[in-house]
Amino acid sequence: MTTGPAQAAQAPVVTPAAAAAPERRRWWPEGNPFKTAAFIALLAAMTVAFVYPFLWAVSASLKPREQVFDNRLIPRTFQPENYLDLFNGVEDIAYKAPFAQWLFNSVYIGVLAALAVTISSSLVAFAFAYFRFPLRNFLFGCVLATMMLPAAVTMIPVYLVWNEIGLATSQVPLWANNLFASAFYIFLLRQFFLGIPRDLFEAARIDGDNYWTMFWRIAVPLARPAMIVSFVFEFKASWTDLMKPLIYLREDADYTVPRGLKALLDLYGPSAGGHGDYQVIVAGTVLATIPMIIVFFLGQRYFVEGIATQGRKG
Amino acid sequence: VASIPVNTASGRRARVRRWASGFRERETWAAFAFLSPWLFGFVIFTGGAMVASAVLSFTDYSVIQETRGVGFDNYRDLFDDPQVGTALRNTFIYTVLIVPADMILSLALAMLLTRIGRLAGFFRTVFYLPVMTPAVAVGILYLLLFNGDFGLINGALGLIGIKGPYWTTDPTWVKPGLALMQLWSVGASVVILFAALMTVPQNLYEAASIDGAGRWRRFRDVTLPMISPALFFLVIINTIHGLQTFDQVYTAFFNANDPYGTDASLFYVIYLFQEAFASFRMGYASALAWLLFAVIGIVTVIQIVVSRRLVYYEGSR
Repeated sequence: MTTGPAQAAQAPVVTPAAAAAPERRRWWPEGNPFKTAAFIALLAAMTVAFVYPFLWAVSASLKPREQVFDNRLIPRTFQPENYLDLFNGVEDIAYKAPFAQWLFNSVYIGVLAALAVTISSSLVAFAFAYFRFPLRNFLFGCVLATMMLPAAVTMIPVYLVWNEIGLATSQVPLWANNLFASAFYIFLLRQFFLGIPRDLFEAARIDGDNYWTMFWRIAVPLARPAMIVSFVFEFKASWTDLMKPLIYLREDADYTVPRGLKALLDLYGPSAGGHGDYQVIVAGTVLATIPMIIVFFLGQRYFVEGIATQGRKG
Repeated sequence: VASIPVNTASGRRARVRRWASGFRERETWAAFAFLSPWLFGFVIFTGGAMVASAVLSFTDYSVIQETRGVGFDNYRDLFDDPQVGTALRNTFIYTVLIVPADMILSLALAMLLTRIGRLAGFFRTVFYLPVMTPAVAVGILYLLLFNGDFGLINGALGLIGIKGPYWTTDPTWVKPGLALMQLWSVGASVVILFAALMTVPQNLYEAASIDGAGRWRRFRDVTLPMISPALFFLVIINTIHGLQTFDQVYTAFFNANDPYGTDASLFYVIYLFQEAFASFRMGYASALAWLLFAVIGIVTVIQIVVSRRLVYYEGSR
């Protein structure tokens, strides 16, 4: 989805040293202080626009049904029970959403997906960075080429493979494809491994390390920042994905949070015969988003680094 | 290497032998062991899948019924199917709206960030938060905030005396509304452009100022060329993303009971998805997938060719 071989050659090489270079920035830049203040005021105004939808959602999730659209930031009537309705179902719609189960499913699938892709991609990236072998450049070209391939082209046959194995209606396809590494992370991790001085490995080899211990005891600990980037990105990608859950999950006990939310929207929305219980749907939206906000604040440095150096979006 | 005469037949044979002998090295076997997860996935889930998809596109495969080869019928049907035209048009309109809008807004925000010192870190975080929001949540918020009668957007427009359109139901306004909602996630582009702007050497600006360049000239002749690789990169990935838009739009407008929704919101990947997994016309859906692949390929190649003249790579000339 991002760089083809042509641009990759020109992409900046990320080394551990470059990634760790400190930003030399002042708190208050030189020049006209009024101008700086005006810029900050402008950005603060933009901040309101960016944050307001979050505040609106939190506020709407605490309102009774009739007040959801009144667009008041402070609810006239507080109704935190909406969050309970999310788990217990709304009056006269006999559906008890297993929301806790959905949260658990999302966490468990997300962790497996992120672990799988990080471990497999590190192995592959290490091979491209350290080993010298025939076909290396050709194979790495293949890795880069797969980035350009739209997921839509392989979506159907991949489904048919899982169908053949008999796992097409299970949660397995949501994370197991990650066992086979992914081009973005191979690229990112390879760049990082290339930044580790080769002498380090040669010395270890003389000390009796084999290829595996060189990878496990030297490369992996040094590349931990890049591996965390890969983990948090994939966890986010897995948590927010809708298409795979739509394709593979049939039982609502298997749903992830986004898939479950979509089911609630279809159930409670007026077009589907519900009575528009948007207060409950918005409560679900808030609960689906909060874990991502937490992940972002925990791994903020890694997100910014990952995007800025590698250009992976969202 | 230099001792091997490269242009003679024996030289070539020697090189091939040397290359092939690489496969006997222990290092090569170790390398392929490390590569094996990717190799397996590449052969089955990429290579194999592409071949399977190509074969399927010449059949009427539907999982349930018996499969027959249908030659080029699926590809002929692409041209007769009015839904394909509708979906392509919608997707193009949306992409043409979102790509420049995202670039202009993110460039403006990123440039503001470079002018305010260390506080930039705080605002960068704020702008990035919406990017973390699950697409389903974005789709739901879109439905609610852009509601024609009660939505926040039209409420805000009402305050300044504008009667907002019915964003979610008026066919003319569906794509602009979706693009506006997508702009909420502009933060990813801001981070990329901000990083690019921070690498522009300050002395270039000083030199330009000494040469008498005003603010606009400095922007046009220093900033833009220096960050043009990042801008080009954004155009490419935002276009590819835009052409494959699915999650938010599916959330807002489609479900299993109403697989084809309204014409105004039928995006290409949604149509593909519904053909494959709601109607189980997997042969036809495979042909749809290859058309998308071709469209994305052509658009990307055009962008790369155009960019040759516009993008400046430091050190490459």
